[in-house]
Amino acid sequence: MLALAALLLLVLIRDSWSAISTFGAGFLLSTEWNPVAGRFGALPFIYGTLVSSLLALAIGVPLSLGIAVYLTEIASPRVRAILTPVIELLAAIPSVIIGLWGIFVLAPFVREHLAEPLMEHLGFLPLFKGPAYGYSVLTASLVLAIMIIPIISSISREAILAVPRLQKEGALALGATRFEMITSVVLPYARGAIFGAIMLGLGRAIGETMAVTMVIGNTPKLFTSLLHPGYTMAAVIANEFTEATGDLYLSALIEIGLILFIISMLVNVLARLVIRHVRVPGGA
Amino acid sequence: MESKIEVVELNAGFGSTHVLKNITLSIPRNKVTAIIGPSGCGKSTFVRCLNRIHELVPGAWVRGRVMLDGKNIYDSDADPVEIRRRVGMVFQKPNPFPAMSIFDNVAYGPRIHRMKNIQEVVEDSLRKAALWDEVRHRLKDSPVSLSGGQQQRLCIARALAVKPEVILFDEPCSALDPVSTAKIEELILELKESYTIVIVTHNMQQAARVADYTAFFLMGELIEFGETAQIFENPRDKRTEDYITGRFG
Repeated sequence: MLALAALLLLVLIRDSWSAISTFGAGFLLSTEWNPVAGRFGALPFIYGTLVSSLLALAIGVPLSLGIAVYLTEIASPRVRAILTPVIELLAAIPSVIIGLWGIFVLAPFVREHLAEPLMEHLGFLPLFKGPAYGYSVLTASLVLAIMIIPIISSISREAILAVPRLQKEGALALGATRFEMITSVVLPYARGAIFGAIMLGLGRAIGETMAVTMVIGNTPKLFTSLLHPGYTMAAVIANEFTEATGDLYLSALIEIGLILFIISMLVNVLARLVIRHVRVPGGA
Repeated sequence: MESKIEVVELNAGFGSTHVLKNITLSIPRNKVTAIIGPSGCGKSTFVRCLNRIHELVPGAWVRGRVMLDGKNIYDSDADPVEIRRRVGMVFQKPNPFPAMSIFDNVAYGPRIHRMKNIQEVVEDSLRKAALWDEVRHRLKDSPVSLSGGQQQRLCIARALAVKPEVILFDEPCSALDPVSTAKIEELILELKESYTIVIVTHNMQQAARVADYTAFFLMGELIEFGETAQIFENPRDKRTEDYITGRFG
């Protein structure tokens, strides 16, 4: 597995060598993406990927944990039996279909119903400055959030189910309410696995291509407003690879692939290191 | 003998399984009452009915009355959260919260009940549980680093910290070695000065050592209840005698 990853890394480096040698470290810092002039910079894509993924986590994680807690501790067995497979089924929807739904339903919704109140009440923040486009970073993050909810919620659900009954009864026997038991004993006990689930979700969000490119607006700029369009690394590769003319253009796209690969690896390694610290001894 | 808890015609079970049958029993104040009997006789279910923990298991049901200081804890206006604060419990296996430090384990109850002087309450509870000297320099450590016996005393301290009136011990020594067991028993004898104690045990010597009163359960029924000496030396019921002399169970 490690050898395969190393081989992949080598191929990516070889094929992006002409871009690496032409632009050097400037490739990571430049915001210019001008195929006609032959000048390429990756910063808007790196930035777009990170912002949209983290925003997706910010939206998706609380919802996922809420769903996991509801399904394990609150829902009646009947509701649980119906909802659990429904949420897991969300993971089976092809991302291009979610992208289409994003175009026809979510983007208009964001433009007409969500952006308005955001601009009105939070418009003083650069984050929510208008004008509002339907195809925006916010729309892309919402789509990503929907795509990572099934992963994070189902792994968290398993982790919560694995919390021993003796732990829960220990809290209740001290006079804890159900809510106190969940927030102070159950979730902390399962935090190792929940953190792992969040990292898996982040990995998915960083790599997701099709659904994002369909709704993010594909504009290589360092946006400040979430209501404006952006671009991600995966999206630019998918959009421009087939029409890339010239070796340098192609090589620059492959270098973006290389960066995406490295960032994904880093997230993974970092997650493993952190999990070792947050995991509860004897816990999940 | 003044009673702290009056159990009146208590029936309990899971789904179609009838575990406890018509139990009527008085638990005396500031005494240790042991519940003995063979496995599966309902002794654990019985104590779990005294702090309304039994009903948390899916399918569990309870009928009858449990009067705590004269007030039925199963009344519709009784608050199970408040009852569980007043009637503490120590479980079969030590169950400290591994995600919290030793200090936070003991402080957990006082914090959720918004008690004052948490620092003092924690120290006081750890002293009463005879654990203070062993952990005073490592209060920030994880409870997982403690031995099984220390973990169980931590759980006792945790239960004491919410200032309960009754403490239920559900086979508290079944996972412990003889030295730790002796410490817990010593502790129970000290605690009865200020608390009403009910202890479930499958160990008859333990009941004889710590309990003032003993109740013998068999197949969900209360066979005999009396002063421990009388139960062990002069049982009235043939079945009690058979169990105590080791003829079954």
